[in-house]
Amino acid sequence: MLRLPEFQLVSAQTLADATAVLASEGAAEGRTVRLVAGGTDLWPNMKRRHQKATTVVSLMGIPELRGIRNGGNAGDAGELAIGATTLLDDLARDQRLRARYPALATAVDSISSPPLRNMGTIGGNVCVDTRCTYYNQTEDWRRAIDYCLKEDGTTCWVAPGSPKCLAHSASDSAPVLCALDARVKLVSAAGDRTVPVAGLFRNDGIDYLGKRPDEILTEILLPAGSDAGHCRAAFWKLRRRGSIDFAVLSAAAAVWTGAGGTVTAARIYLGAVASQPQPATAAADSLLGRPLTAESIAHAAKLARQAATPMDNTDFQAQWRSVMVEKYTAAALREVAGLDPGLSAPKHPLPGL
Amino acid sequence: MAESAEKPAPEPERELRLIGKPFRRVDGRAKVTGETRFADDLAFPRMCFLKLVRSTVPHARIRGIDFAAAAKVPGVLGFLTGQELPIPFGILPVSQDEHALCPDRVRFVGDPVAAVAATTEDAAYEAALLVKVDYEPLLTFSSVEQAIATPEPRIHDYGDHGNVHKAISLTFGNVEAGFAQADEIFEDVLFYEGNTHLPMEQHAAVAVPEDDERVTVYSSTQTPHYVHRALAKVLAIPASRVRVIACSNGGGFGGKSDPFNHEIVAAKMALKLGRPVKVTLNREEVFYCHRGRHPVLMEVRTGIRRQGDRVAITAQSLRTALDGGAYGSYGVASTYYTGALQTVTYRMPAYRFEGMRAFTNKPPCGPKRGHGTPQPRFGLEVHIDKIAEKLRLNPADLRLGMLEKAGAVTANWLQIGSMGLRRCIDAVVAGSRFRERWGKLPPGRGLGLACGSYLCGAGLPIYWNHLPQSGVQIKLDRSGGVAVFCGEAEIGQGSDSVLAAVVAEVLGVELADIRLCVADTDLTPVDLGSYSSRVTLMMGNAAMEAAEQARELLATAVSDQIEIPIGRLVFAERRVFDAADPERGMSFEEAVIAAEARFGTLGTTGSYVPPRSPGRYRGAGVGPSPAYSYTAAVVEVEVDPETGLWDPRHVWIAHDVGRCINPVLVLGQVEGGVYMGLGEVMMEEQAFRRLPPRLSDALVHKFPSMLEYKSPTFEDMPPVTTYLIEDPDPSGPFGAKEVGQGPLLPVMPAVANAIFDAVGVRVDQVPIHPHMVLKALQAKAAGAAPRYGPAAFPRFDFGETLVVPTPADGGDGTAINDYREKLRAGMRSASGTMTTREEALREKRLRALTTK
Repeated sequence: MLRLPEFQLVSAQTLADATAVLASEGAAEGRTVRLVAGGTDLWPNMKRRHQKATTVVSLMGIPELRGIRNGGNAGDAGELAIGATTLLDDLARDQRLRARYPALATAVDSISSPPLRNMGTIGGNVCVDTRCTYYNQTEDWRRAIDYCLKEDGTTCWVAPGSPKCLAHSASDSAPVLCALDARVKLVSAAGDRTVPVAGLFRNDGIDYLGKRPDEILTEILLPAGSDAGHCRAAFWKLRRRGSIDFAVLSAAAAVWTGAGGTVTAARIYLGAVASQPQPATAAADSLLGRPLTAESIAHAAKLARQAATPMDNTDFQAQWRSVMVEKYTAAALREVAGLDPGLSAPKHPLPGL
Repeated sequence: MAESAEKPAPEPERELRLIGKPFRRVDGRAKVTGETRFADDLAFPRMCFLKLVRSTVPHARIRGIDFAAAAKVPGVLGFLTGQELPIPFGILPVSQDEHALCPDRVRFVGDPVAAVAATTEDAAYEAALLVKVDYEPLLTFSSVEQAIATPEPRIHDYGDHGNVHKAISLTFGNVEAGFAQADEIFEDVLFYEGNTHLPMEQHAAVAVPEDDERVTVYSSTQTPHYVHRALAKVLAIPASRVRVIACSNGGGFGGKSDPFNHEIVAAKMALKLGRPVKVTLNREEVFYCHRGRHPVLMEVRTGIRRQGDRVAITAQSLRTALDGGAYGSYGVASTYYTGALQTVTYRMPAYRFEGMRAFTNKPPCGPKRGHGTPQPRFGLEVHIDKIAEKLRLNPADLRLGMLEKAGAVTANWLQIGSMGLRRCIDAVVAGSRFRERWGKLPPGRGLGLACGSYLCGAGLPIYWNHLPQSGVQIKLDRSGGVAVFCGEAEIGQGSDSVLAAVVAEVLGVELADIRLCVADTDLTPVDLGSYSSRVTLMMGNAAMEAAEQARELLATAVSDQIEIPIGRLVFAERRVFDAADPERGMSFEEAVIAAEARFGTLGTTGSYVPPRSPGRYRGAGVGPSPAYSYTAAVVEVEVDPETGLWDPRHVWIAHDVGRCINPVLVLGQVEGGVYMGLGEVMMEEQAFRRLPPRLSDALVHKFPSMLEYKSPTFEDMPPVTTYLIEDPDPSGPFGAKEVGQGPLLPVMPAVANAIFDAVGVRVDQVPIHPHMVLKALQAKAAGAAPRYGPAAFPRFDFGETLVVPTPADGGDGTAINDYREKLRAGMRSASGTMTTREEALREKRLRALTTK
């Protein structure tokens, strides 16, 4: 079978331990430090040798990084804070999340397969490496194509003229978090900062995270104003099979309405069609100032298609995925509006409690 | 003797206690508890680990191999190159084109170049990555069209010409006259993409050296006998010093039917180092071993004549082009199989088959469940659906009106035995309410029907010989236990259970009384292996023969001892007793003691040689079988016209298995075949990336992983309703036919036909991706042909056709224009010991009579 290379594993027991290793080892010449939580992405990537590390710091021994709590007073429906190493399965089954942020629960429950959701964490999913069929391959395979721009090579084989890597964002939680205007807390030896989650991402397949290498994503903060009492959100995901597969396209939409059902704010993000959760800003803006109707949705969905250029870097034909951007954006918005989504329902509803 | 025993076996009157009733498979408990030891579970003292260094270029000469960096890895024990294994091998005698390690040239990305052994798997892996190979690139071939157009450089220096491995042209009867008689001629071009087996268990082997240049190889193989032959040949040591033990396979599906590089290299390394060597492939390497479904482009043309309500085929021609990949493997047989079984379902008075296989720089294709027949069967069944559409006939009625008959000899000289296809069609039509619902479901919902037929064992062995194709030995001793020895390989299909059940039934003992020793070339008589759906029929017949001889010995001794006529003795419930007075008799154990006292050490054998096929023309060796299974399926699909996404909603399938040995295992095989067929039509494809040659010369498998090579999960599996049709065939043990492969065949075309019923468009290729459905729907909306599929069959000269008169023409099974073959055929029949079907059955009846 594929084997892991040699590396040093640091099992941090406190956040300070972890940030200290990042600060010291991370700055040392010839050392590469990576963080690991569930390891469902990092370990296979290291076995295939396209992610490398001399030191791996495990966050799973740090108690305060795991769990869900209200940021406000107990019982108050304030900001919901999710620790970065909270298991995906625990999150998908959490009553507070399902009641207040059902679209996020749906997205988290759609990630991979049950065994991986029992290992994988929300922080890992937000930060998950971008993917590409020229990149997520073994060392031998990548040697056969003379490697690629993202790792060890010089050409992006998705579009050989491209100056930047076109690997696609692979997170299911990120588009929803962006749509819900969530924030993330980043901690380093130098201090803490909290930034909007949308600002965490960059549209570059290599440098896809706007996080410094010495920073640890510790917490995700869901604003009270984005919960089900204030806005309606939906998440639709396209993939080949009913389980296991990464998204080849996802659409997350959140819509806030005022008097008479007039849309006061709207956010639409598309997954797996760019190196970041791709904002469909023109589509979202087109919904403002009027009620959400079948017509306004159809118009917005057309605009969303223009926001994304699916590439031949994952499953399904790229041109067809482009057509699907419109269908899936419309489905998400129609679900928000309480209309028939117009697509077959996802095969797998949330698990029973 | 009981009345039932006086009739020839298999006699329908004999009351069966075990056969036909559900029983727990004999290896079930061990599989469920994890007790079964697969090849990778084995460990031996001083065992080391082997890793193959595989080519990273598609087509090149090897200039040199540098082990310097690899040799420095701690724990490395040694290396091997092709120079130390110069003798070629291959599964077919006509395609000895593989080397255990490429000596001078690589032919695809994944071709093994060198081997590293080390004390740990990690060390072997790290060292393998450090082996540097210097390549001189050669022109890379990525398609059949390119291989036809570019004869030089040749990927192999053998084959019909250029990069054409094999070209075949066979004409049965007067095809031109048949087309001239037709009222209408239909023509279609279709494409079937390649796909792979995807067994859960990755191939593994452990080689254990012994003194005196002996070696034992444990392997996950379907064909220990053929691996045995290849090892002896390449290692250049007598076969008697090589022992192959096939471990239980974690699935094979045809992907473990060839002798493989890693088995031979492990054995060589074990002999070289003098210590056990284990090699376990990773999933990527399994994709490179491949031997899976050939991509096939095909053109099918049919003449149809209507006489009142009756529709008849007047002639059919079929052309196939196979992308064979880099080596021969079973490819010559695969090519013949794309034409051979088209004739056994619907009556075809005249038939022409032209097929060709090209070499390309990809992992070699070979036999996957259905070997060569799913592709043309897809073509034929979609083609017939279109004919029904044009003629405004119900597709079930059209098929029922043209069925070939039981016992017929087809235009291409295949001898059909029992034929339960009518009952199969009736069952699925009734179950799905096809007549009421086909063509009448709401938009987006559709039903499709298709049929299929498959071999119950290839009539001829892989290498020419007159020897038994399956042998069984039985040893009985005073313990009352029955030990059964057979070379068959359990690959999950249940062959161990069939072997035990046949013997237990004949001897009247329980499954737990039977000790099996299988798939060990030192200890068990040869069985050719688990391929071509041959085991139940061939091994089953050999086991019956051995068991009936054992019963005869016991019956003779018991009859003498307690003075009951042999004809009245019954073997049941672990006793041998008087049918007239069941209290009179003795335990089975006592019966064995009586027989051992009378005859000495007890042992019997059984052998099976298939009946001889009536076809004598060159190429007639592929297609004949002692019997043919039949299947019909109806699939209901739901298609979203907005996206082209579609889903199977229900499958009704009926399979003529002759007779069930164990209906639970039969059901499992049918459902497994449906699952695999759905995978092929929904998503599975062995696809490749060809990077722009000006930037790179790469030709790589697109996604050699189980994450990105898409295969359905059980969440994607619709409900399946299975009907088991039992139309006993006199050639099979207790009338049994095959079930391992046939049920896959109708699934893909039934889906394509159902999609047409749902949304009125044709996708003439497999897999049917949603973008194809959407494209066809867009074409339909624009007033163009409502179809997605290949445009044309490539121009290719198949050479002079062999003209073979059909049985109706008064032919004798030979070609009229092949003088070379006439000579050879005469020589074969002069020296041959193979019998005709009638002779075999007569002999079997005689044997049964003499066991009274």
